[in-house]
Amino acid sequence: MSATVEELKSIASPVVVDARGVSCPGPILAAKKQIGGVGVGNVMEVLATDSGTLKDIPAWCKKMGHDFLGSFDEAGSIHLFLRKAK
Amino acid sequence: MSKKTLIVFSGEYDRVMAAFIIANGAAAMDDEVVMFFTFWGLSALRKENVTEPPSKKKSFLQKAFGSMLPKGPEKLGISKFNFGGAGQSMMKKVMKAENVMTVSELIDTAKEQGIKMIACTMSMDVLGISKEELIDGIEYAGVATYLGEAEDANVNLFV
Repeated sequence: MSATVEELKSIASPVVVDARGVSCPGPILAAKKQIGGVGVGNVMEVLATDSGTLKDIPAWCKKMGHDFLGSFDEAGSIHLFLRKAK
Repeated sequence: MSKKTLIVFSGEYDRVMAAFIIANGAAAMDDEVVMFFTFWGLSALRKENVTEPPSKKKSFLQKAFGSMLPKGPEKLGISKFNFGGAGQSMMKKVMKAENVMTVSELIDTAKEQGIKMIACTMSMDVLGISKEELIDGIEYAGVATYLGEAEDANVNLFV
C-alpha cells in the first residue's frame, strides 16, 4: 500500500463497484464481474461495508495480478482502490 | 490460473454453504473449480419439485432413503442447533438481515462462474437418487474422475 488517503481521494475512478451491504464472498464476486469493463492501467474502486473486504480485495488483487493501491474508511464505507495491470 | 477441487460429502446447510463460498471465491480469483458431490452432499443438488419420473427403478430401501433426504439446498438442516429445522430458519433470518447469500444463490452463482459440479453416481444409487431429481447442468461420474481432477489441483478440500 503506497498511496496516501489524500492521493486515493483525488483519484476519479472510472469504474466504481458498489458492494456495500453484501457479505463475503459478495465483494470479490462483484469485483470479478466488473473488472472486465476496466481498461488496463485504469483504476477501479470498490465500496464495501464487510470489514473482511479490507484483506480480501488485496488478496484478490495479488492473485489476479492487479495493483492494490490502498483503502480508506469514510462514513461507514470502506473505499478500496486497485489498478488493473493486465 | 490454478485449480481447486472440493468434495462435498456433508448435507448440512452451513457446511454446504462454506463449500460454495470457497468455490465461488476461488472462481472469482480466476481459478478452475471442480466440486464433487457424494453421499449426503447430493441433497444440495436435489430439485425441490421433480416433474419427470425416475429413469431407474428404485428398491423399497432406495425409495425410503430418497423420501427422507432433504429435497434441495434450502431444506438442509444446520450442523449445530438445528432443533428440527427451527435453528435453520433462525439462521436464515439472520443471514437475510446481514445480506448473506443463500445456498441456492451460491449454487446459481457457481453455475454462472462455470464451476464444474459432479454428482457421484455410486452414492446416487445407494441413496436412491435419480438424475431426474438433480438440478440441470451437472456431470455424473465416479472417484477416478474426481482423482483425475485433483491430480492437477493445488487445493483439495473435503467438506
